[in-house]
Amino acid sequence: MGIGIRLENVRKVYDTPPPMAARGAGFSFTPMRSGAPKEKKKKFEVVALDGVSLAMRPGEVFGLLGPNGAGKSTAIGILTTRTRPTSGRAFIGDFDIWQEQVKAKRLIGVVAQRPNLDFALTAREVLLFHGAYFGQNARERARRTDELLEQFKLTDRADHMVRTFSGGMMQRLSIARAMMHDPEILFLDEPSAGLDPQTRLLLWEIIRGYNGLGKTIVLTTHYMDEADTLSHRLAIIDHGKIIAQGTPQELKASIPGGYLLRLRFDRVTEELMAALRTLPGVTEVRSTDHIAADVYADRGGPLIAAIVNTAQAAAIELRDVHISEPSLENLFLHHTGRSLRD
Amino acid sequence: MNWKTFYALLARDGHVARRNLLPMLVQNLLQPMLLTFVFGRVLTTSGMMQGSYKSVLLPGIMAISMVLAGVQAVAMPLIAEFQFTREIEDRLLAPMEIGWLAVEKIVADMIQALVAGLVVIPAAWLTLGRGVNLSFDHPLEFAAVCLLVAFFSSVGGLALGCSVGQTQIGLMFSLVLAPMMMFGCAYYPWSALRAFPVLQYAVLINPLVYASEGLRGTLTHVEHMNTWIVIAVLASVNLLLLAVGLKKFHGKAVS
Repeated sequence: MGIGIRLENVRKVYDTPPPMAARGAGFSFTPMRSGAPKEKKKKFEVVALDGVSLAMRPGEVFGLLGPNGAGKSTAIGILTTRTRPTSGRAFIGDFDIWQEQVKAKRLIGVVAQRPNLDFALTAREVLLFHGAYFGQNARERARRTDELLEQFKLTDRADHMVRTFSGGMMQRLSIARAMMHDPEILFLDEPSAGLDPQTRLLLWEIIRGYNGLGKTIVLTTHYMDEADTLSHRLAIIDHGKIIAQGTPQELKASIPGGYLLRLRFDRVTEELMAALRTLPGVTEVRSTDHIAADVYADRGGPLIAAIVNTAQAAAIELRDVHISEPSLENLFLHHTGRSLRD
Repeated sequence: MNWKTFYALLARDGHVARRNLLPMLVQNLLQPMLLTFVFGRVLTTSGMMQGSYKSVLLPGIMAISMVLAGVQAVAMPLIAEFQFTREIEDRLLAPMEIGWLAVEKIVADMIQALVAGLVVIPAAWLTLGRGVNLSFDHPLEFAAVCLLVAFFSSVGGLALGCSVGQTQIGLMFSLVLAPMMMFGCAYYPWSALRAFPVLQYAVLINPLVYASEGLRGTLTHVEHMNTWIVIAVLASVNLLLLAVGLKKFHGKAVS
């Protein structure tokens, strides 16, 4: 079960400022204006996606990680029929998203970056009408609406107009709405932006639960921990290009030096240093002072036993170990030379 | 074509319209009633206008009400829904070609425009008092003109709503709607412009002229433009606006 997604060499160039939906929160597509009025005004052009190819497998949680303006929302826009690719093709299952929009739309649920609820309706009506758009009958609609309102803790505000809702409530309702017609694929564009930590955890739980039903989930985020904990696989995107992809573990392992083990002994000798260098997976050993050593290796925990044995063999006492896991932050830094939050 | 989705979208608009019934009725009725009272009652009773002016005025007021209904029911919501909040997004994601969402808006508005136009007749009749001579001798022509005016109202609203940004709403009223209403032959018959030959032909680009004259022709015995010309022009304008509106709608809906 589950439906996969494919992007084939997708390119998107905006020649007019893209609509709000495709705009990152802190990013602006303000066109370049030349200073002197006599000069010909520079033609507006923004390359949002530059030849992106990606495959998301059925039933996985796929994360798109990147800074604001990297092209994440444009990618989501193309995958959800809302943005027309300049070139290249995108598929949901076997359906070409641009050519067979209606079939694609049936399979997807979309949570936009900013709540885009129908302000003329109450929370319950938002869900009921959404179900109706997807052809659910009245009984099914009512049952599913009650379920979702309960699940998203919105039951007590169900009959209030959504324009009176707080940001977090709107976000919850947006997600409930996207799940209303039980889509095979759920797209979430920066779902936890602006959510308090509690709601964020609730959201993660819901995403995992929905994924547990065999549904494919695509989410964009610029939070490292979110990408790391939620996604089975992820792609890091910057300036419209995929700069790395794989499981979070694979990606982190791809950083040279990978894990960092900071060791403290009662003393450090040259023999010990030499012995540590011969351990499997160790790329570099540095002595920081006469009682500590930093070991760079492609693994963390599994190395501890060998280190203990090495120390014992040299009659040296191991006093402290700290394993620092490779992080996506480091990976992004490694590939772009910039921090993700810049 | 997915009729279930189409019907659900229509039901949504109906639901919202029902919720706003009272303010909508006030919007649709108050202005025409005030206009008919001042122009049709005060000015005629005081002798500043001839009594026959009442019959000239009523179809014009009806035309204005119907056309304004399009602005209220299509243009304004579209402007809002395509703005920052992108409220329309959920409906664009409904399993249906997005062009049909525009068609749904057109249908929903035609209904509202027809209601807005038809409620004006009894309301204006009441405020005008005696002396209005309405005739329903041409029911088919009247129905055809009504439908065409309602269609103009909705496709015009669609084209306008997809061309105007939220910051330009004020400008839209003063630059497009005000001249259109003043030079729309609503308050006077087209023949009254005979004394201003340039103006008389210049106003022919204004579709409201045909709406007013068409209703005048099918509803009263006042001198009016040939109904068949009215029907032909309105039909062509409608087709043109439909094409423009759909194109603009696509442009707004897809980035």
